Amino acid sequence: MTNNDGPHVGFFVTCIVDSMRPNIGFASLKLLEDAGCTVEVPTAQTCCGQPAFNSGDDATTKAIAKQVIEAFEPFGYVVVPSGSCASMIRSHYGELFADDPAWQSRQKALSAKTWEVLSFLTDVMKYTPSATYQGTATYHDSCSGLRDLGVHDQPRALLAHVQGLSVVPLEGNNECCGFGGTFCVKYPELSTAVVTDKTTKIKATQADTLLGGDMGCLMNMAGKLSREGREMRVFHTIEVLADMADGPGICAPRLK
Amino acid sequence: MKQTSHQFNENVARALAEPTLKVALDRTTTLLRTRRAKVIDAFPQYAKARETAQKIKDHTLDHLGHYLRQFEENAKANGAQVHWAATPEDARQIVSDICRAQNAKTATRVKSMLGEEIGIAQALSDAGVERVETDLAEHIIQLADDPPSHIVMPAMHKTHEQVAELFAQKHKDPGDQQDIPSLVESARRELRPKFMNADISISGANFLIADTGSFVTITNEGNAELTTTPPKTHIVTVGIEKMVPSLKHAAVFIRLLSRAAIGTEITQYTTFYNGPKRDGDRDGPENLHIVLVDNHRSDMLSDFLRPMLRCIRCGACMNHCPVYAAVGGHAYGAVYPGPMGSVLTPAMTGLKGSKDLPNACTLNGRCKEVCPVNIPLPDMLRSLRARQFESGMVTPKARWSLKLWAMLATRPALYHFGTSVANMMLRVLARGRGKISAVPLAGGWTRTRDLPQPEAGTFMQQYRKQKR
Ligand code: SF4
Repeated sequence: MTNNDGPHVGFFVTCIVDSMRPNIGFASLKLLEDAGCTVEVPTAQTCCGQPAFNSGDDATTKAIAKQVIEAFEPFGYVVVPSGSCASMIRSHYGELFADDPAWQSRQKALSAKTWEVLSFLTDVMKYTPSATYQGTATYHDSCSGLRDLGVHDQPRALLAHVQGLSVVPLEGNNECCGFGGTFCVKYPELSTAVVTDKTTKIKATQADTLLGGDMGCLMNMAGKLSREGREMRVFHTIEVLADMADGPGICAPRLK
Repeated sequence: MKQTSHQFNENVARALAEPTLKVALDRTTTLLRTRRAKVIDAFPQYAKARETAQKIKDHTLDHLGHYLRQFEENAKANGAQVHWAATPEDARQIVSDICRAQNAKTATRVKSMLGEEIGIAQALSDAGVERVETDLAEHIIQLADDPPSHIVMPAMHKTHEQVAELFAQKHKDPGDQQDIPSLVESARRELRPKFMNADISISGANFLIADTGSFVTITNEGNAELTTTPPKTHIVTVGIEKMVPSLKHAAVFIRLLSRAAIGTEITQYTTFYNGPKRDGDRDGPENLHIVLVDNHRSDMLSDFLRPMLRCIRCGACMNHCPVYAAVGGHAYGAVYPGPMGSVLTPAMTGLKGSKDLPNACTLNGRCKEVCPVNIPLPDMLRSLRARQFESGMVTPKARWSLKLWAMLATRPALYHFGTSVANMMLRVLARGRGKISAVPLAGGWTRTRDLPQPEAGTFMQQYRKQKR
C-alpha cells in the first residue's frame, strides 16, 4: 500500500509519545503513508536528548545526538510528531557540534531534513486530509514549534478540512503552558501557576476539545483540566486528522 | 537592595501566596502585551529597525573602547566631568564624594536601574543626603519601602487600590481614593516643592552618544527635566554599554524603545543633554558629572553573554514572560528581574548566589521574540545551565536522575525495556480510570495535575508486534 516513489521517511517517535500515547505515532504513520511516503521507524532511537540539553549536560546530549544522526542517516526525511523535539534536532543540534568538524556535516544534513509532522504534511507533501470529528476545538500553539519552526498556519489549514469540526480562537494561544520539559519537575509550583493561567483561558473559549501539536504540553494542560474536574477532550492534532480521535482523549476515562 | 536570589523558591512561594500580586501583574502585563502587539503591527519597518539596532549595538560593542574614549573627550569638551567606576563601590564612592564636596543636603533622583544596581540610595545616605524619588512609581515604592519589581514600571507589583491606601497614610492631601488621576495629582502636590529646592540631581541615561558627548533620558512624566534642571549639580550614572556612535544611531533605538516597553509610538519626553549650563543659559546645572560604570560589563564582552550588552532596558521580555507574570519581579531577588535579569544577575553577582535563575525558565522563547534588539535570552540561560553543570553546581538528586536517564537513553534496547516497564506500572497505577492522581517520585506533577494513563504497550512494542 505504500508508494515506493514517495519520500523515504524515518519516523522519530519521541519518548513521550512512545511511552504515553502511541496513538499519536500510529496516526502519524497513517497520514504519512496516505500522503505517499514510505515510512520506517528505526529501533535504535530513544529520545532526542532534550532533558540533558536543557539541564546543561552537553556531553550526554552529544552522545545521544550522535546516536540519532546514525539511526536516521539512511532516510530522505526525518519526521517528528512534536515541535519541541523536531526543533531540538533541527535548531539546537548545531550548538553541540560547533567544534567537531567530523560530525558537523553529518549533523547539518540531519538537521536540514528534519520536520515537524504537521508542517511536513503541508509544506512538503501538500497533503489534504479527509477526516470527521464532531466538536468545537480550540488550538494551543506550543512554543518551540511556533517560534523555532514557524508552525502556526499549518495545523489550522489541515484542521479546516475536518468535517464537523469548528475551531475557535484561544486567547494567549502563543503563551507557554508551563510544561517546559524538566521545568515542570524542578519548579512544580511555578509550572502549576502558569498552566492555571492557561486552563482559565481554555475554559473561557467554551470549546469541548483542546488540540495541539506537542504531547508534553497537551499532557500538562489535560492533566490540569482533569484535576479541575473539567471534562474536555484533549487530542494531538494528528489524531483528529487521521480519524483516530475516536478513543478516549488524553487523561479521559478509558472506554470499557 | 538586598539580593535574595539564593532563596528563589521561598520567594516564589511567598509571591504565589499573595492574591493581590497576581491581580496587579495580570492587569499590567495584559495591557502591555496588547498595546505592544498593536504598535508593532502598525510599524511596517519594525523587522528592519530591529535588525539595524542589533547591528549598531554589535558594532559599538566591537569597538567599545574607541567609542568610550571618544565620548569622554567630547563630554569633557562640553564641560562635563567624566568619572570611571569599575565596581558599584567605586561608583558609590564617586557619588558620595561629589555630594560631600557640594555640601549637599537633598537630592532629587529620576529613576534609573543603574542607580539601583550600584546602590545609589546607600551612596546618598553615606553622604548624609536626603533622597527624593521623583518618578511616580519610584515615589510609591519609596513610600512603601519596597525595592522595584520591574525595570520600567518599578511598582508593577502594586494595584492602584493599594497605592490609594498608601497615599492615604502618607500624603498630606491624598486625593480621591477611587480616582487614578486624582491620586497622580496628590503625588504631584507632594513632589513639586521638592524639585526646586534640591542641591543635587541624580539621573541615569538611556543612551550615550559618542560623537557629541551627549546623553539622553526618555520618560513619560517629565520628571527627568524637572529633576535635572534646578539643582546646581547633576550627576549621571550610566552603564558603559549604553553607548551609540551618533545621534542618527540613537534615533533607531528611540523608535524601538517605547514601542517595546509600554506599547506607545513615542514617549512624552526625550531630552538630549549636552553639558552643563553655558554662559547666557537661563537655567541648568553648573556642574555636570558623568559616572561611567563597568560592573562586569567588560567581562561579558569577552563571553557568550556578550549579546546581553545590547539590552536597552525596555522590559518587554519580562512583560511577556509566563514566570514573571506568575510571581512578579521581587521573586527573582535581584535588581534586574525577569528573563534579562536571569542573565544579568549571574553575570554581575555570580552564579552561586543565583543558581535558580537560569533554571526557572521554560525556554519558551517569547522573551527573545519580543526583544527589540533580538537578544537570544533562552540560549544564554541554557548556556548558563551548561556552565553550572560543568562546574558541578547541580544538586545530587538532579545529577543522579540525569545519569540514570542518560544510561538508558544511550542504550536503545535497555531503554525500550525500561519504557515498557514504566508504561506497565503507570497503567497499574491508573487502574483503568484514564488518569493517575498520584505517582511515586512525581509528586511535584501530581500534586496539582493528573497524569494520563498510558495506552497498553509502548509505541515501539506495538510497532514491533505489527511488523512481525
Ligand atoms: S533583554 Fe531585550 S526585551 Fe529584555 S529588557 Fe533588554 S532589550 Fe528589552
